[in-house]
Amino acid sequence: MNETPANATETRPSLRFEHVGQVFPASDGSRVVALEDVDFSIGRHEFVAVIGPSGCGKSTLLRVLAGLVRPTSGQVQIYGLPVNGPREEIGIVFQKPTLLPWLSIADNVTFPMKHKYGRVTPQERQRAGELLQMVGLAEFADKRPDELSGGMQQRAAIARALLHDPEILLMDEPFSALDALTRDEMSLELLNIWTQRPKTVLFITHSIPEALLLADRILVMSARPGRVREIIEVDLPRPRSLDTLTEPRFHELANHIRRQVFSRVVGL
Amino acid sequence: MSSPTTSAGRSSRVSSGSRMSARWKDGLAPLCAFIALLALWEGACRLFAIPGFVLPSPSAIAAAAGKVAPGTWAGHIGATLKVSLLGYGLSILVGIPLAIALSASKALSRTLYPLLVVVQSTPIVAVAPIIVVVLGAGDLPRVFITFLIAFFPIVVSTVTGLQATPAELIELSQSLGASRLREYRNIRLPYAIPHIFAALRISITLAVIGAVVAEFVAAENGLGYFINFSTSLFQVPQAFAALMMLVLISLILFQLVGLAQRLLFAWSLPKKSP
Ligand SMILES: Nc1ncnc2c1ncn2[C@@H]1O[C@H](COP(=O)(O)OP(=O)(O)O)[C@@H](O)[C@H]1O
Ligand SMILES: [Mg+2]
Repeated sequence: MNETPANATETRPSLRFEHVGQVFPASDGSRVVALEDVDFSIGRHEFVAVIGPSGCGKSTLLRVLAGLVRPTSGQVQIYGLPVNGPREEIGIVFQKPTLLPWLSIADNVTFPMKHKYGRVTPQERQRAGELLQMVGLAEFADKRPDELSGGMQQRAAIARALLHDPEILLMDEPFSALDALTRDEMSLELLNIWTQRPKTVLFITHSIPEALLLADRILVMSARPGRVREIIEVDLPRPRSLDTLTEPRFHELANHIRRQVFSRVVGL
Repeated sequence: MSSPTTSAGRSSRVSSGSRMSARWKDGLAPLCAFIALLALWEGACRLFAIPGFVLPSPSAIAAAAGKVAPGTWAGHIGATLKVSLLGYGLSILVGIPLAIALSASKALSRTLYPLLVVVQSTPIVAVAPIIVVVLGAGDLPRVFITFLIAFFPIVVSTVTGLQATPAELIELSQSLGASRLREYRNIRLPYAIPHIFAALRISITLAVIGAVVAEFVAAENGLGYFINFSTSLFQVPQAFAALMMLVLISLILFQLVGLAQRLLFAWSLPKKSP
């Protein structure tokens, strides 16, 4: 089955968190333990979802991996090399689209190149066109962001993250600002993109169905201190579609995760 | 907040013809109010026989304005415009780079910001004579006084705009390994444009005030000087005529700044209709 890049997962991990801890000084002088002893690996072209209550350190996990924050203890490795700063092979999608309002959609997609190298090559421009085609925005290439809906803007932001065809895609609750229908549509679109161009994905979400629909494995985190509570193998067959949401196994897994996420809150 | 949306929604539904007339009404309403005010003023002056040296009537002001040679007007207007615009230009040239420096460096901001507030809290009118003594004759002291009055809003607003850039965009910039220079040039500065123009509009009127203050203190021409000169000769209608010129200049300059924003940075204007 060519739709399952997960099969391509190599034994060699592409991302590795080694006893990563992150402590922030809080405004009142105390310390916030955002991450404590986080230790796991992600295989090449694996799709891993991270789920957990607000403030449990999900975004921090992503920022450490992106080289935007240096962990206070432990180490993150990409392809066996420690992360010391931002890396070429990473693309990031944030919760909000954060497009630049003064640029057209096409220029927003090529902005990373313009920003980093000061110019955009014709090939990159062409690739931006192809990506916009892929996310269904080809006819909006010359529009300004504020002429597009939230979902369309987020699609443009995804195209922007994919421009340099990153090996690793980091997504921080990318669909949480969208309405439920657009959300399902975007999830399927993301699956489609990932199948066409396999990537290692770390996908943060609040939505259990979304995580189950997309991921090979789900990392359930607990708050204060933020640590990995459980890693769940999602053994739902691929290719997945909205029909996956009605499978009995889907509900079993969903219930299990729900218990995991809530047990701390209820104090079980 | 709800009224602009409703009016936008309505205007998008009406035909372009009635939208035209709506725009006419927008321009016409203040004009009618202005004419009504003039009529009221004129009427009051005549009815209560207010002496011209207390409050001249609009017709007396117009007559006084007509008695001054056009060349004289042009000289005074030109002098005031020159000082205002030079001082304004200087406040932009100093204000925006200073704002960038303040926003880029916490240490600098901690050191300089209190100093700026002290400068801003000092009544420039009181300091103006000292500045004239120190900087001597010529336009230099006047331009400097104008600058002192006009630059503060530009600094404050630009800093606010630079800091209002979404954190995600800064992280995007960092994740690309882009330099801070590029971060400021490509992301933060454009993001600050709406804030900068809000300040530029305030500052242009402050610049005219600054020029007049400077001309009150030391000048041999300019509208501020002309007002001073006229009142000293009890030619109050003539002083009022000069005042009207100042108001007109301020209004036109204010509109020109808005026009510049519309022409250069149309995207930065609030959207009227979707
Ligand atoms: N730069 C920072 N400075 C101080 N505290 C931070 C910083 N970033 C995150 N935190 C704190 O770390 C904790 C985890 O934050 P975050 O990773 O954003 O959580 P999540 O994304 O799961 O909601 C929170 O308590 C947050 O307040
Ligand atoms: Mg978060």
